[in-house]
Amino acid sequence: MITIIDYGLGNVLAFANMYKRMNIDFTIATTADDLIGAKRLILPGVGSFDHAMQRLNNSGMRSVLDKLVLIDKVPVIGICVGMQILAKSSDEGQESGLGWINGVVKKFDVSKFSQKTHLPHMGWNDIYPVRKHGLLKGLESNALFYFLHSYYFKCEDKKDVLATAVYGDDFGCIVVAGNIYGVQCHPEKSHSNGAQLLKNFSDL
Amino acid sequence: MLRSRIIPCLLVKDKGLVKTVKFKEGKYVGDPINAVKIFNEKEVDELIVLDIDATIESREPDYQMIEKLALECRMPFCYGGGITTKEQARKIIGLGVEKIALSASIVSNPNLITEISNEIGSQSVVAVLDVKKKVFSSKYEVWSHNATKNTGKCPIEFAQILESLGVGEIVINSISNDGLMKGYDLDIIGKVRDKISVPMTVLGGAGSKDDIKSLINKFGIIGAAAGSLFVFKGVYKAVLINYLSKSDKSSIHNV
Repeated sequence: MITIIDYGLGNVLAFANMYKRMNIDFTIATTADDLIGAKRLILPGVGSFDHAMQRLNNSGMRSVLDKLVLIDKVPVIGICVGMQILAKSSDEGQESGLGWINGVVKKFDVSKFSQKTHLPHMGWNDIYPVRKHGLLKGLESNALFYFLHSYYFKCEDKKDVLATAVYGDDFGCIVVAGNIYGVQCHPEKSHSNGAQLLKNFSDL
Repeated sequence: MLRSRIIPCLLVKDKGLVKTVKFKEGKYVGDPINAVKIFNEKEVDELIVLDIDATIESREPDYQMIEKLALECRMPFCYGGGITTKEQARKIIGLGVEKIALSASIVSNPNLITEISNEIGSQSVVAVLDVKKKVFSSKYEVWSHNATKNTGKCPIEFAQILESLGVGEIVINSISNDGLMKGYDLDIIGKVRDKISVPMTVLGGAGSKDDIKSLINKFGIIGAAAGSLFVFKGVYKAVLINYLSKSDKSSIHNV
């Protein structure tokens, strides 16, 4: 059973539709009670870092979520801004992040790139797994995923990077620390590769 | 390597899909949901759906239709048509849409870009500029209301203003090339491209994969959108929803 966290931000329906098509059970949580007993958590997110943190902090779900993830070690995957708020902080705002993965969110510095680079990083790009992991099972090296973002997750500890992508420079696009996963690209909108990744998460 | 996005663009009129020529003579080409299902199978990069009735009829977006489309789309989905407020934009994003496209409403109220960007994030805010060359001039103007109203605005200057207001993407749509399938208007594309740093997508005129290839060869990473190319087949323009094969795409991207 997958629990999709609906804190008023992000494409909850897109995840629901993906799991529905794959015949994998899911539920959508909008209150703390809905989270109780969750076995797998999806933390979506679209928009700005501060807006996401404020919505999550005011959702009434924050303390239960902290307990589930940090004490009960329930696997959680943050997607897009849902990944970025796993960090301690972001160039994009002033709010504190969840701080569940040791890292900060930086803006792409396009002035440093040799080729002309536009922001946001928008479109289909290859991901390069750094090591083997169940989350990446069945995905070919340089599998294409859809990206849409101007900020990226910078891990303090390189060991936490599971896959990288290249936009001007290398950046970690899939990160992991224990039971906590972050994915910058949008598996819910990445056709069969995205479906594979979301299925893998349910199988972890 | 980031790939240029190759994007089917569908036009909705009276709840059906149509394909226009120079923004006129909308020919019926089928049912929107059916088209999305086919595009799912073809694994298209992205999809743009524009409701070309909404602004003309001064009505709100058709939320029921948008929801049905979003439910079906397995690729990033951009909806445009009739959006005039941030509340409408937020509602549409909540239906499972990745991006909303603004056109007529930002001509009279460009600040709408900032309002909506603050609400849903600039990465999800797209401006569509329908452009046409002035008669006996090399200059272009932005038109609205399905190319019936000349706004008098210069697309190059207007694109820069929109970027400063926080738009996430700009679509340049050529009215004169629409439906002709004889290639993109590279002139205006280059002029706008030189002046903006947000992602750009172009629409109007693509008739073959070579048109897309030459666009990408010339401009690098760019969104290549097309209507006719992906809904018609053959010289007699038989209706057939189609897309590029994986090998066609590889050859276009030189990978």
